[in-house]
Amino acid sequence: TGLGGFRKRKHDNFPHGQRREEKENVNPSSALMTSFKSFQQELDTRHDKYERLVKLSRDITIESKRTIFLLHRFTSAPNGEEILNESEAKLDAVRRKIKQVAQELVGEDMYQFHRAVSPGLQEYIEAVSFQYFIKTRSLISVEEINKQLIFSVEDREETANMTSNSHDKQAHTWSLKVTPVDYLLGVADLTGELMRLCISSVGNGDIDTPFELSHFLRQIYDGFTFIGNTGPYEVSKKLYTLKQSLAKVENACYTLKVRGSEIPKHMLADVFSTKTELIDQEEGPS
Amino acid sequence: MSVSDMFIALQGVLTADQDIREEIRKVVQALEQTAREILTLLQGVHQGPGFQDIPKKCQKAREHFGTVRTQMESLKTKFPSDQYYRFHEHWRFVLQRLVFLAAFVVYLESETLVTREAVAEILGIEADRERGFHLDIEDYLSGVLTLASELARLAVNSVTAGDYCRPLRISAFINELDSGFRLLNLKNDSLRKRYDGLKYDVKKIEEVVYDLSIRGLAKEAEK
Repeated sequence: TGLGGFRKRKHDNFPHGQRREEKENVNPSSALMTSFKSFQQELDTRHDKYERLVKLSRDITIESKRTIFLLHRFTSAPNGEEILNESEAKLDAVRRKIKQVAQELVGEDMYQFHRAVSPGLQEYIEAVSFQYFIKTRSLISVEEINKQLIFSVEDREETANMTSNSHDKQAHTWSLKVTPVDYLLGVADLTGELMRLCISSVGNGDIDTPFELSHFLRQIYDGFTFIGNTGPYEVSKKLYTLKQSLAKVENACYTLKVRGSEIPKHMLADVFSTKTELIDQEEGPS
Repeated sequence: MSVSDMFIALQGVLTADQDIREEIRKVVQALEQTAREILTLLQGVHQGPGFQDIPKKCQKAREHFGTVRTQMESLKTKFPSDQYYRFHEHWRFVLQRLVFLAAFVVYLESETLVTREAVAEILGIEADRERGFHLDIEDYLSGVLTLASELARLAVNSVTAGDYCRPLRISAFINELDSGFRLLNLKNDSLRKRYDGLKYDVKKIEEVVYDLSIRGLAKEAEK
């Protein structure tokens, strides 16, 4: 569509040649033109800020995704502690980006730019809650997430980058609050990761984690059904995927229970790889 | 905090949110009703006899804007004032419509483009975000673009009614407006789409002016 738009614009520029001359009559310093010049400035400032936020949001998304991949290696690696530390460092980097977002939003209505930052924040919530789950086997709360998103000036370097304007106004702290809806969507995505974790932990011969996960996922699923359609449309849309993830985990637990005693442990992984393939195929056409 | 406690808390937040939206919707419905009444009133100018009592119609419309101001006042109380953009979508459409109506009244009275500050005053809201419930710049511009298509229609109808002078004045006005919009770097959003329609309004009015001038009607009118 971008190309189409460009072509269309180029096209309608031609017949204007004639009108251009007539345009000269318009007084460039009239009240109307002056106010439109200020509109131009206002709109450009707004769009620029929006673009900067979109870029930050993309970076946050990418880094969060990488953190999640890293955390998936946690169960298989013998050096679990090391991976957790590494993920913490990565998340700190993400939080520095979020700090920049918070700085951009000083004095602004957060919801005006919410669409720009929301995807990144959701991904961050997914990553941070995944890490929290691995560490504590429980669900991180919104309050806990928001607590980590209060920033203060740490190093001189960043102070120098700041515009003098915001420097004077703020008491050197910035904070960002994730909205309840972003939190819910992030948690819904988390369940997909937990499902993957479940399947891969079986592959590692870990028999306890799947049961733990199925219990945890069921709690989250119950929570989402409790919310039902009170929330916005996106939340109810995720409910369907969540149900599928839960079904996969529950089936895994079922298989483990029924056949776990018959099959030697080293063959369990094979049983699951065929099992999950089957489920994936069923999903295929949808 | 257990998982279910967390979700109970979230559900509470979401329900509260829904209540706010419900309240806003009610007021917006009332605003839409008033906007329709004003529009019906102003539609009169397109008919023959309507041209004679434009000032009277504007006077009446201005009285209706009093109702708009009280309704706006009640809208402001329905949500926390720092969350304007959270609920923006609910009143965006009606606000654009009201901007158009206010701009139309001001145009009919003085043949000038209403400023953003003046519209805000007519509607009983603020022009700046800092000072509370305000008029978003994109909504203002959208309303102004609606005015352009209405004026294209008015140009045609004023010829029918025998007023050959008005289309020329409308033409000058629209041309200036067009140059104004050319200054803006619009993103590929709804405002841009509406702006793309402006050239058809400009074209329509130019055709009317052309028809008048080849028949010598424009000169006749000037005498």
